[in-house]
Amino acid sequence: MDLLIRGGRVIDPASGRDEVGDVFVSEGKISEKKIKAEKTIDAKGLVVAPGLIDLAARLREPGYEYKATLESEMDAAVAGGVTSLACPPDTDPPLDEPGLVDMLRRRAKALSRARVYPVGALTVKLAGERLTEMAELAEAGCVAFSQANAPLADTQVLWRALQYAATFGFAVWLRAEDRWLGRDGVAHDGEVATRLGLPGIPSFAETIALATLLQLVRATGTRLHLCRLSTAVGVDMVRAAKKEGLPVSCDVGIHHVHLSEMDLGYFDAHCRLEPPLRSQRDRDALAAGLADGTIDCAVSDHTPVDEDQKQLPFAEAEPGATGLELLLPLALKWGEERKLPLAAALARVTSEPARILGVPSGRIQPGAPADLVVFDPQLLFRVVPEALRSQGKNSPYLGYELAGRVRATLVAGNVVFEQP
Amino acid sequence: MQRNPQLNASGELQHLLSIEGLPREILLQILDTAESFAGVTEREVKKVPLLRGKSVFNLFFEASTRTRTTFEIAAKRLSADVINLNIAVSSQSKGESLLDTVANLSAMQADLFVVRHASSGAPYLIARHVKPHEHVINAGDGRHAHPTQGLLDLYTIRHYKQDFSRLTVAIVGDLLHSRVARSLIHGLTTLGVPEVRAIGPQTLLPAGVESLGVRVFHDMRSGLRDCDVVVMLRLQSERMNGALLPSAQEFFKHYGLTAEKLALARPDAIVMHPGPMNRGVEIDSSVADGPHSVILPQVTFGIAVRMAVMSIVAGN
Amino acid sequence: MKKLPDAEALLPGLAAELGARVSPATAMIGLYTGGAWLAERLHALLGLKQPLGLMDIAFYRDDYAKEGLKHDPKRTRIPFEVEGRDLLLVDDVLYTGRTVRAAMNELFDYGRPRSIALVVLADRGGRQLPICAQHCGAQVEVPEGMRLRLKRAADGRLSLELERAA
Repeated sequence: MDLLIRGGRVIDPASGRDEVGDVFVSEGKISEKKIKAEKTIDAKGLVVAPGLIDLAARLREPGYEYKATLESEMDAAVAGGVTSLACPPDTDPPLDEPGLVDMLRRRAKALSRARVYPVGALTVKLAGERLTEMAELAEAGCVAFSQANAPLADTQVLWRALQYAATFGFAVWLRAEDRWLGRDGVAHDGEVATRLGLPGIPSFAETIALATLLQLVRATGTRLHLCRLSTAVGVDMVRAAKKEGLPVSCDVGIHHVHLSEMDLGYFDAHCRLEPPLRSQRDRDALAAGLADGTIDCAVSDHTPVDEDQKQLPFAEAEPGATGLELLLPLALKWGEERKLPLAAALARVTSEPARILGVPSGRIQPGAPADLVVFDPQLLFRVVPEALRSQGKNSPYLGYELAGRVRATLVAGNVVFEQP
Repeated sequence: MQRNPQLNASGELQHLLSIEGLPREILLQILDTAESFAGVTEREVKKVPLLRGKSVFNLFFEASTRTRTTFEIAAKRLSADVINLNIAVSSQSKGESLLDTVANLSAMQADLFVVRHASSGAPYLIARHVKPHEHVINAGDGRHAHPTQGLLDLYTIRHYKQDFSRLTVAIVGDLLHSRVARSLIHGLTTLGVPEVRAIGPQTLLPAGVESLGVRVFHDMRSGLRDCDVVVMLRLQSERMNGALLPSAQEFFKHYGLTAEKLALARPDAIVMHPGPMNRGVEIDSSVADGPHSVILPQVTFGIAVRMAVMSIVAGN
Repeated sequence: MKKLPDAEALLPGLAAELGARVSPATAMIGLYTGGAWLAERLHALLGLKQPLGLMDIAFYRDDYAKEGLKHDPKRTRIPFEVEGRDLLLVDDVLYTGRTVRAAMNELFDYGRPRSIALVVLADRGGRQLPICAQHCGAQVEVPEGMRLRLKRAADGRLSLELERAA
């Protein structure tokens, strides 16, 4: 279907374009030519931008259908303006076999909403002992390999895994956390954990693991994407690594650029996240690192958790927050707080993750896939369970008002979400 | 940040969850009221009709006969009906959730829940979900707080030392895992104790413990110098041999309270312990039973303090 | 409105009246706060042998469910054996009778007295329980919505005052 998005403020972070104009869509792609549109979307007063690309969104299938289903979470994705998402391998069973990956991709494709890019398990069952058949998994559609939130304890295995991935040129996405130092911890090992009597995860659980990973990248040349950075020292280390020319990129969970350990308040289990919310100084360094490009992109780290698993004492509650529908408003909020141009803020959730993923979307340029979002950057909405399409209503922002409401989402030129 | 969940809209004590965040006036109100109850507990008839007809549920998700008994005695002396539930071995093993358990008991017309739980913050979760006329008293949650123990420690200190404003108080041992220490520290700083010391090896002190307002000593002898009050903490046996400590013997040598070390404190110093004691691990018998020890009076005062807390909370 | 009686002027008469009935075994208990002040004075005037008892009925009140626990209850101290004794229970103002009910309940948790006589400085009527004072300084009419209270000045002088009921 040929389609016209008329009169919106068109922002293409990749080129820096920011002007009022029309966007034409033909045969699923952005078109240069003026076409005779069968449908017109009036975008007057709205922003037209590339659809968001989220490098970490759990869809909970297979295995955790009681927490969320592919249907509910793909609905949530497009309602949040997310047109592409990478899903971590921590399903049940984990994505360690081509058959599972293939099935997930087929199921996702049949729903024809957002594009889904599975991230395969680096080791069998994420147990950190045996390598998965990475080449087979890549053929089945895995875009990278990861351990999700199960840090690899055995550095021998880690080294071999990175070597093996480098052999085939596969990217490895890892969260830097020392398995032993992080063991039993549920909150940042600082003032708040001390006050609340919660077992702590020290900052150096991240930076020690990060130093190990960077050293292994030097040794193996593996393309490493660092997931969910959480500490100020970690940001400095990544900055130095990039300066050195190591092939590393890095993301941060969108909640971590806004919240800190102080937000745990009186044991708010919605603030139980992995990695933990750290000090305000760490939070500020993450927000600054995302702005200066040390951190390449922000992710939702979407983790739908059922109510029963959150209505528990803090340490027993399941970690994670819902995020697909909050990624855009929270990215906008971050950009506003840092006084960034809208294009620069959006780059962190569109063109930059596209670059890491190596996909042609994430830009508004002729010939690019017509994955687009039309949103009202000013319109406030209250984060209440009824307002969220995701089956996970677990958010530290419940009850808050956030600005940035999606009006329409297009994937490959099809309108997959529309809200007047 | 949310409103302090312990206080009702008029700033009165609705639940007792932690000493942290309680204003000085409320702490003093509890101590003063406990003083009056201490009179009652010395009478022939040790009972007042205040909570007649009220039901107190002792919800112990973590077993502790001792603490449960003191709450039970306090409730009975207030004429309340006491129901003891040792949930550690009942519903939780059947997979019932914490909130389901509470909802069930609430349906049986509870007025007061006394909660002990191994997980920090559990009483907060319960307090958020009880009905407006129901009250929650934290009887110890994880490493977080044990406010009635902290209050009885404050009561004991005031009883022997009167004025908080000139005291040096040392807390010795495993502060990392101690809810008693956290509660006491908040109480002491709120009531204006100028110097609170934390004495222990680095492995048993929580990260940034100084932020609670204490001075850290790793050497017990320098830490005890000129102290008015020495509070010894219990060292759980599972922590004695491992990555935190090599052995109970080595711990006792460096951090056990002996008469010789106690001599460094003020001559009129008092020695406290929340119990149960490990003699020969954190405290020597000659000190535990010696003239400086106020460990048994602590237990007696504990009843009056818990009566005070229950009657203040249940009346608000 | 009639002038309130002078509390100090009522004391000698009340003491004289009580003097006729006390024996060396008679003991006196004052109810906090006003009754305790009054009892201290009467106890001295009568030169009673038994030490003065002081009582706070906070734990026996019948309005706990509605009002909660009163702030800063004083410790009840009864420094003599209650069992078998003749007691003078002293309060400043007698009104509904509920305080006296609570005080008698508390007293019986100390023992079984041989007799209790109620001594008050002022009776303002309005009883809600079958209780009356055996010794009363004065009958006082109190306007609606007002409260009659005993005050003690810095020099120890007692006076009756009206204040708006809370």
